[in-house]
Amino acid sequence: MNTKYIDIQAVEQTFKTKKGLFPALRDINLSVAKGEFVALIGHSGCGKSTLLNLIAGLTTPTSGVLLCAEKEIAGPGPERAVVFQNHSLLPWLTCYENIYLAVERVFGRTETRIQLKVRTDAALELVGLKQAAQKRPGEISGGMKQRVGIARALSMEPKVLLMDEPFGALDALTRAKLQDELLEIVAKTHATVVMVTHDVDEAVLLSDKIVMMTNGPAATIGEVLSVELPRPRNRVALADDAQYQHYRKAVIDFLYTRQGHVEKAA
Amino acid sequence: MVAAVFHLPLETTGTSAAPVITQAPQPMSHTAPASTAEPAPAQKKQARDLRGFWMAVLPPVMGLALLVLVWQAIASTSNSGIPKPAETWAQAVTVFSDPFYSNGPNDQGIGWNILSSLKRVAIGFGLAALVGIPAGFAIGRSVFLSRMFNPLISLLRPVSPLAWLPIGLLVFKGANPAAIWTIFICSIWPMIINTAVGVQRVPQDYMNVARVLNLSEWKIFSKILFPAVLPYLLTGVRLAVGTAWLVIVAAEMLTGGVGIGFWVWDEWNNLNVSSIIIAIFVIGIVGLLLEFALIKLASLFTYEEVKA
Repeated sequence: MNTKYIDIQAVEQTFKTKKGLFPALRDINLSVAKGEFVALIGHSGCGKSTLLNLIAGLTTPTSGVLLCAEKEIAGPGPERAVVFQNHSLLPWLTCYENIYLAVERVFGRTETRIQLKVRTDAALELVGLKQAAQKRPGEISGGMKQRVGIARALSMEPKVLLMDEPFGALDALTRAKLQDELLEIVAKTHATVVMVTHDVDEAVLLSDKIVMMTNGPAATIGEVLSVELPRPRNRVALADDAQYQHYRKAVIDFLYTRQGHVEKAA
Repeated sequence: MVAAVFHLPLETTGTSAAPVITQAPQPMSHTAPASTAEPAPAQKKQARDLRGFWMAVLPPVMGLALLVLVWQAIASTSNSGIPKPAETWAQAVTVFSDPFYSNGPNDQGIGWNILSSLKRVAIGFGLAALVGIPAGFAIGRSVFLSRMFNPLISLLRPVSPLAWLPIGLLVFKGANPAAIWTIFICSIWPMIINTAVGVQRVPQDYMNVARVLNLSEWKIFSKILFPAVLPYLLTGVRLAVGTAWLVIVAAEMLTGGVGIGFWVWDEWNNLNVSSIIIAIFVIGIVGLLLEFALIKLASLFTYEEVKA
């Protein structure tokens, strides 16, 4: 097993703002194994999304190196699919066409049209949205849009799935349902996932490793917690599982006891 | 808008809804006292619908009536020579009874005049779209081009289109191309500016999707940039057509030939004032129709902005 599938070495990110240089991230060292599910958690403004954008290649670090499959991440690419916080579906395309755009880009050169169609249908099927294929994003609910966004990312068969608070804008019930779906999909596809979240339960339920970040500016990784709960995980069974509560407590302790005071000062 | 909302219930209550209301109380005998009270809400509803109908129809009709009244008052009190509405109407009937006659280049029916004006607008405007829309995309996409052309656009845009007419006459040595040139120059600016603004306002999220998918330039243009810019572009087109239609009348007055602007000037030289008033209405109505058609077109391509 490749334990350093994504390898982040001494990464630092500084933004130029009107008030001068803003140090967002410093001294980030992290490795993600193939097939591992990693959650990035921290208070808002701590640079979780900045780190995710760096892995996606949407931005380049001020200093340091990011490697994926032993190659330097030089820019964004379909092998590192992103599920955006606000789903970012194109409103003038139907759900089917939104996914087909991605499928065509990745497999268009090697596969026939029929195969591309099968892939698109399969992706819609995976998130249970076959009936909404011909609808435009404006005609479906927020949860459905987010599912199309996930289907689009998965349809590319990415090496890494990057998710930026994918369920942040959803209500609690929809969120729970999509988390369960994501657990199933990840179990099926053995995807490597990096997910930004601010939800402690979500992090413990879904991930193998929780990366807890200190408060910004100049945020860094405060602690890494390995979640060794057996899979498949069931949210109802875990609710009064002692080990689950232990992990949950550890994350809450980090966020509110050790990192809480900076939040108050800000 | 208001008319459409209130109109429909009015039509249904008249035919299908009314019998249902009278039948409803019959099966339940103990609600007999209620049956007398039952029609009241229906009547109230009908009354409200009627009110809505009148609110939609009455104000515009009164507005038009006021215009005719003021016109009549001015025409009958002063010696200004302005014809009365009735005389103008009679003249309009004769003008429109044979809109497509042709007695040589200087005496043609109003239909030909309108059509040749529209043709000039179409050519000038079409050329402006061919140049302006791609230019708008280029300026919107590139910071360098944007900084390069913004001062030029700012300088040239406020210039009255008619100031360009002599340049057109000089360069093209003809009245017709000069008029088309004037339309071209006045309708190009709104299209360049609106397209460029549209491109600059394409949400970064969509461009991030393009970057993650690593789409080709053509796919970015056809699947993201063009659909996202289309509403802005069509606003530009609408402004451009409006300006072009304003300008063509003035340009034709100066250049002559066949056209609604020339017709106005010709009728003035004949001291045929009622024809001029007819022309004013015709120009207004054609402009209104152009605007309406483009608004309809724009609404077909405006997608509901999706927010998380």
